[in-house]
Amino acid sequence: MVETKEEKKTVTILFAGDSGDGMQLTGSQFTNTNALFGNDVSTFPDFPAEIRAPQGTIAGVSGFQLNFGSVDVFTPGDNADVLVAMNAAALKASLLKLKIGGTIIVNLSGFDKKNLRLAGFLNDENPLTDSSLGKYRVLEMDVTKLTRACLADTGMTVKHIDRSKNMFVLGVLYWMYNRKLDTTLDFFKVKFKGKQDLIDANTKVLTAGYYFGDTSEIFTSRYEVKPAPLSKGVYRNIMGNQATAIGLIAAVRKANLDLFYGSYPITPASDILHELAKHKNFGVKTYQAEDEIAAICAAIGASFGGHLGVTTSSGPGIALKGEALGYAAILELPLVVINVQRGGPSTGLPTKTEQSDLMQALYGRNGEAPIPVVAPCTPSDCFDVIYEAARIAVEHMTPVFFLSDGYIANGSEPWSFPLAKDLVPIKVKKLSAGGDDEKYRPYVRNEKLVRDWAIPGVKGLEHRVGGLEKENETGNVSYDPANHELMVKLRAKKVANISDTIPDQNIEIGEDSGKVLVLGWGSTFGACKTAVTELVKDGVEVSQAHVRYLNPLPKNLGDLISRFDKVLVPEINDGQFVKLIRDKYLVDAIPFNKIMGIPFSSQEIKEKVLEILG
Amino acid sequence: MSIKMENAEIKLSGKDFASDQEVKWCPGCGDYSILKQVQSTLADIGVKREDTVFVSGIGCSSRFPYYMNTYGVHSLHGRATALASGLKTARPDLNTWIVTGDGDALSIGGNHLIHLLRRNLNVNILLFNNEIYGLTKGQYSPASPKGTITKSSPMGSLDHSFNPLALCLGADSTFIARSMDRDPKHLRAILAEANNHIGTSMVEIYQNCNVFNDGAFFTFTEKATKGNTTLQLEHGQPLIFGDNRDLGIKLDGFKPVVVALDESTSTDDLWVHDESDQVKAGILTRFFDIPSAGMTLPRPFGVFYKESRSVYEEDVAIQINQAIEIKGEGDLNSLLAGANTWEVI
Repeated sequence: MVETKEEKKTVTILFAGDSGDGMQLTGSQFTNTNALFGNDVSTFPDFPAEIRAPQGTIAGVSGFQLNFGSVDVFTPGDNADVLVAMNAAALKASLLKLKIGGTIIVNLSGFDKKNLRLAGFLNDENPLTDSSLGKYRVLEMDVTKLTRACLADTGMTVKHIDRSKNMFVLGVLYWMYNRKLDTTLDFFKVKFKGKQDLIDANTKVLTAGYYFGDTSEIFTSRYEVKPAPLSKGVYRNIMGNQATAIGLIAAVRKANLDLFYGSYPITPASDILHELAKHKNFGVKTYQAEDEIAAICAAIGASFGGHLGVTTSSGPGIALKGEALGYAAILELPLVVINVQRGGPSTGLPTKTEQSDLMQALYGRNGEAPIPVVAPCTPSDCFDVIYEAARIAVEHMTPVFFLSDGYIANGSEPWSFPLAKDLVPIKVKKLSAGGDDEKYRPYVRNEKLVRDWAIPGVKGLEHRVGGLEKENETGNVSYDPANHELMVKLRAKKVANISDTIPDQNIEIGEDSGKVLVLGWGSTFGACKTAVTELVKDGVEVSQAHVRYLNPLPKNLGDLISRFDKVLVPEINDGQFVKLIRDKYLVDAIPFNKIMGIPFSSQEIKEKVLEILG
Repeated sequence: MSIKMENAEIKLSGKDFASDQEVKWCPGCGDYSILKQVQSTLADIGVKREDTVFVSGIGCSSRFPYYMNTYGVHSLHGRATALASGLKTARPDLNTWIVTGDGDALSIGGNHLIHLLRRNLNVNILLFNNEIYGLTKGQYSPASPKGTITKSSPMGSLDHSFNPLALCLGADSTFIARSMDRDPKHLRAILAEANNHIGTSMVEIYQNCNVFNDGAFFTFTEKATKGNTTLQLEHGQPLIFGDNRDLGIKLDGFKPVVVALDESTSTDDLWVHDESDQVKAGILTRFFDIPSAGMTLPRPFGVFYKESRSVYEEDVAIQINQAIEIKGEGDLNSLLAGANTWEVI
């Protein structure tokens, strides 16, 4: 057979199967291999909240989408070029995400009578045999059967053998995209350390899949996706939650502080706890608390003791922490609060993404309790932004909110990581001795209105803090009316002053004035950037600005907005940032919302921009 | 004339532990006595003010840290135990005291209390039990006996009450003791023992709220009755009580029985208190008869139980050291780079 090679700039692949089929692992292996090859990569895992929903059903479908290319990629791709469907339910659940003319690789065993029935194909309906898939190219393989044949003489049980079938598919894809198996073979050695039989079995299946691609003649061509012209540098692949964890360790190292991490398990935030628990050799103290309230209170206690206290959760857990957030604000102690947002309200959609909690972060407390809020916009940006959150917390003696979400927390991309020496220093001012005053006054402030961090163990600084309103400077309990107003204003001004230390808002793409500004925050970055880049190329007068500092906002943001005729605010919620923009700047900003637990496609944003241009 | 000597340890007095803040409890409140005993105990123990932290929740008792010239945290309702757990994990070197009440510790903070006890951080908990909500002006608490008439229970409370020490023992507390506001000497002795114990020390202190629940414990605290209603626990000593020390406790199987000490019963037949016996401590915490319901067993005071178990903050430190031994001191550049990198030239 003559092998033809077709060159592609970007390819989007969607792996879909049962939640027990190992699609997340397959996807992340394919990602790592492509990243190491030099492609730009963006990923989006999409899995059910149930650990093992009933096998073969739509509810149990787990997906992993990745977009890789020889050009810059900013999103996991609007629609897939290739859909891997391990069973009928996976096909049914994912078909809408496939481009017309796209390729479907199906596992035939997943389309037997039982699987078809479980997927809701009734009356002997079978998409593989009727003409319903006519718009696509379907490549059939009996992955289950081939994997079983491959491992028939190993003495493994069928149940165990079937667990390797995802590696067969991975092998086929490595052949299709002309990739080496090395990264995954190395992975087996680590993952199955000490279990040589498993290393051998998975190696055998992966290799068999690769050769199957080569010899089976069902593939008419291979594809070539050359390395992307990424900026010079050393790269690694990184997921958002991982970047968040590493960023915290980097921040405490640069601040010469210890890290105390109080957390209660919750999706999709727990991976930060898992990552940090691996790094105890950095002196990290991870504390799995009995509940969300204990997690934040313990972190506040640690901050009082001179550590950087950090607590993490997702929407419902943050709601439980509300009282303690106000408490941290009135104590004026450093605290980093991570919210990996998910669909709400209440328990909502635990595994689906949503920019659900901006209002909660800004206003979700009793009384006047302003808290700085920052939000990363890509997986690797989590590193820079959590580092900023830690810097603001200790340099300004305040709790700080970090709003990530399920999309960037679980997504991944190549990251040109920094060297430790190049990270900006974080200045911590802990008092080391009592002053001249006979009684230490804990709420005396510097020119930025920041109080000192006076830590137990230092003679002469003995003092009491609490949630009751405190007298200016002395910190003694005070019910004086004028004092209360003064303290509320001082705390608010202290937070507002942070805008002096943050960068001006930049225009990401486009001119600095024009007809439309696409103004986003958080995880909509990639879709906005792709859309605006393409529109600008088409000659549309549109620009993009993406805000990382949500409270306080960059000082120049109002001026920047005023230079555009229209401001479009796309959000994965029912309109939260848009309210803030309208409130702060009295502009008729246009909301654009999607509340489906999935990110925007760049196409949706493009169409909306064109629509408002008329 | 007093000369301040440099580099010399100056023995502090109880007054040195008092802050400059005016104490604002109701006149006649049992809290005054407890404050005084704590201050003088700290002076006796010889801890430094700067190394001592008082952490409280919300309620009358929780104003305590404001009156101590040490470091102090007045935290949230029910959360003193949670906050102190983080503080102590971060700073094992600090002498940490938690001040809480029956509402704070047993109701809104019940969850954190039991988890602190199982983790066994080396802190001291002073649970001021007055069987009432004082700061909110007199509602029944989880420690109020069923039938207690208050503003929120005009026909009598319907909730079965907690037995605080039985609860704590159930959570595997490693030190439980009971004392009272009206016996300063006993209280100081128990506070010192609590401080000496390595692990979480739970001290329940019967405290009179003379405004909303006056006399709740008078049966046990007043001279006229206390002889026959209280039992002073002493390690290695037989359980003897009574105005004339003529009553004792004997075990009939697992059932405690009050016996008169006469020709037929000698002290050799009595239950001898053993602080390390968890099963018997369990029985002692169940000496919980309600006086008004016709009391038979006396209420025990003193150290019920003491056990040596590893403390959480030390285990945290040990694990960190193990991680360093195995992986070496964390290197930030390696962490940033991760396991797989590639270079774009």
